[in-house]
Amino acid sequence: MSVTEIQNASAALAPYIADFERFQGGRPASEPAFVQALRRAGMDRFSALGFPNTRQEEWRLTNVAPIVQGSFHRAMSDPNAVAPEQIAAYDFPAAARLVFVDGRYSARLSSIAGTPAFPAGMVVTSLAAALAATPGLVEPWLGQLAGFEQQPFVALNTAFLGDGAFIHVPRGVASGLIHLLFLSSSEDGRATVSYPRNLFVAGENSQLTVVETYAGTGAYFNCPVTELVAGPNAVVDHYKVQRESREAFHIATFQVQGERNSVPRSHSISLGGGLVRNDVNAVLAGEGIDCILNGLYLVDGRQHVDNHMRVEHAKPHCASHELYKGVLDGKARAVFNGLIHVHKGAQKTDAKQSNRNLLLSRDAIANSNPQLEIYADDVKCTHGSTVGQLDEDAVFYLRSRGIGQEAARSLLTWAFASDIVERIQVEPVRKDLEEFLFARLPKGEVVRQAV
Amino acid sequence: MLEIKNLHAAVEGTEILKGIDLTVRDGEVHAVMGPNGSGKSTLARVLAGQEAYVVTQGQVLFNGQDLLEMDPEERAREGVFMAFQYPVEIPGVSNTYFLKAALNAVRKHRGLLEMDALEFLTMVRQKMKLVQMEETLLNRPVNEGFSGGEKKRNEIFHMAVLEPSLCILDETDSGLDIDALRIVADGVNALRSKDRSFLVITHYQRLLNYIVPDYVHVLVDGRFVRSGGKELALELEEKGYSWLENLAAAPVGA
Repeated sequence: MSVTEIQNASAALAPYIADFERFQGGRPASEPAFVQALRRAGMDRFSALGFPNTRQEEWRLTNVAPIVQGSFHRAMSDPNAVAPEQIAAYDFPAAARLVFVDGRYSARLSSIAGTPAFPAGMVVTSLAAALAATPGLVEPWLGQLAGFEQQPFVALNTAFLGDGAFIHVPRGVASGLIHLLFLSSSEDGRATVSYPRNLFVAGENSQLTVVETYAGTGAYFNCPVTELVAGPNAVVDHYKVQRESREAFHIATFQVQGERNSVPRSHSISLGGGLVRNDVNAVLAGEGIDCILNGLYLVDGRQHVDNHMRVEHAKPHCASHELYKGVLDGKARAVFNGLIHVHKGAQKTDAKQSNRNLLLSRDAIANSNPQLEIYADDVKCTHGSTVGQLDEDAVFYLRSRGIGQEAARSLLTWAFASDIVERIQVEPVRKDLEEFLFARLPKGEVVRQAV
Repeated sequence: MLEIKNLHAAVEGTEILKGIDLTVRDGEVHAVMGPNGSGKSTLARVLAGQEAYVVTQGQVLFNGQDLLEMDPEERAREGVFMAFQYPVEIPGVSNTYFLKAALNAVRKHRGLLEMDALEFLTMVRQKMKLVQMEETLLNRPVNEGFSGGEKKRNEIFHMAVLEPSLCILDETDSGLDIDALRIVADGVNALRSKDRSFLVITHYQRLLNYIVPDYVHVLVDGRFVRSGGKELALELEEKGYSWLENLAAAPVGA
């Protein structure tokens, strides 16, 4: 780095360092010491790493300069001041609903216990409340899964962690559907930043279904981190629906650890945002894990979406199946980077990874980089990626039946996306996505009629 | 119904059709036979409007209108239907709902009201029987995972539902065993009527045992080298295409 670059880089960090001191100072004295230490470690690491640049391999194709140069502040307005009508568009019936406004828990908008679907013994609360009431449930896991040695945004989130959702599903319990809604916005015309931190612990033989929805208006920077541990034999379905505003930056990490015979499944739907990065990291830490990572991204205009996947096969007899599909229009850019790392001794690994991109315009660009690192000798690993256009023979086939050209193209786009849509088991999530597609696709009413 | 005058067409700069003349009147069944590479499928695709096929000369009138000016979907709505040699699989789009959208596009064009769900289903069930389609194939995505025979039956089923006036069968017999062939042919025969015409494109005479044509045309190297009645197909079967291939250089007027 040149002297000027170093000066610029440290100038970019200064507001975060100053804000960190304010943030630490404003936390309740009752907070457990481990949290404060964790934050301090996060800030130290972030200060050392700085923001990433495109000379770094992990960020080669995603330039975060607009974030580095941006000016953001943590929202100060009352999270309970948001009117319930504002969440109606994203709400659906669930055993529990937690709402976060600019990263802070809104008790008024949330609805936790009391619904008949809410099982006894389960803990669903804000992370802040959990740190106060049940720190013993949090401490073994918080910050232990999502590493931040080389992940500047995880380090940054860790420096400011304090609110988000905490879910603990005890052994043998089925959670029902839990919905976490993260609403963000600019405040008095100024861009905000939030650092939601979620921790989900699914106990042995339990079942957890959780949906994270991200939505908002105006300009803001959202930097969430979610840690999930799927205990032995647990079945976890994690959905993330990203519908941020077009002016928003969304840099997120989802870190999952599976223990023996667990079934962690992740479904990532990325629709909104201006500059989006989703890191999904799975560590298969026990035998017999069946891990599924599905994703769909739809981008147009000048949207940029980067999905970075890393699957660690640490133990034998595990399966991981990844399918990420993208539909790109306009001048949109998509990056997919998928790494499957099979550790020595992880025999009988069955790993599949596939990334498929459909380009609807000449100016859209997709980069796909699937990678395998295999240190075991008795494994079945496949990977593949495609970037292509609509099949003109198929378009002609539909047109020859009387379907107009636009509708034919939309139907085939639907057909491309449908296998991910169909895998969504939570009906309101699937229906919302379908509605989004009908609205987005030209002649969507024909698609609606035909599917 | 259909008048083709001196039709020339090229694919990627190579001329495939070199002057086709053909008149198909209401209710007639014309068979077009020819060896591989003679231009049979090109003729079908030009009529259906596939853009990769460029018409370099000539005219095609469909019920007096310039067919070549129309987009593929307009042709379909006007009553042209092509059963594909290789039907396309469309995951995620249900066979029934797709057909309903297609039918409603066609009906709208013809000034008819959209069918309601019950009416549509009743009609569809009845048409399925024509090609012995199983109901499960209705609910599956279009052609996805269908066997070769099921795909061809599905084409005839689509045809039955859309009720076109000109039906073009592009090697519908290819890849079918004798039972499947008979089912498809029975379906086609059930759709024959005095206002519906057929252009049956095939390499083999076998299909014409079941779908008996009024006229047979033999296409060699982009031109009709001989036209005649249904007996021409039998003669061709007996003597082979080589019998007519040497006539290609000095074509007989069609």
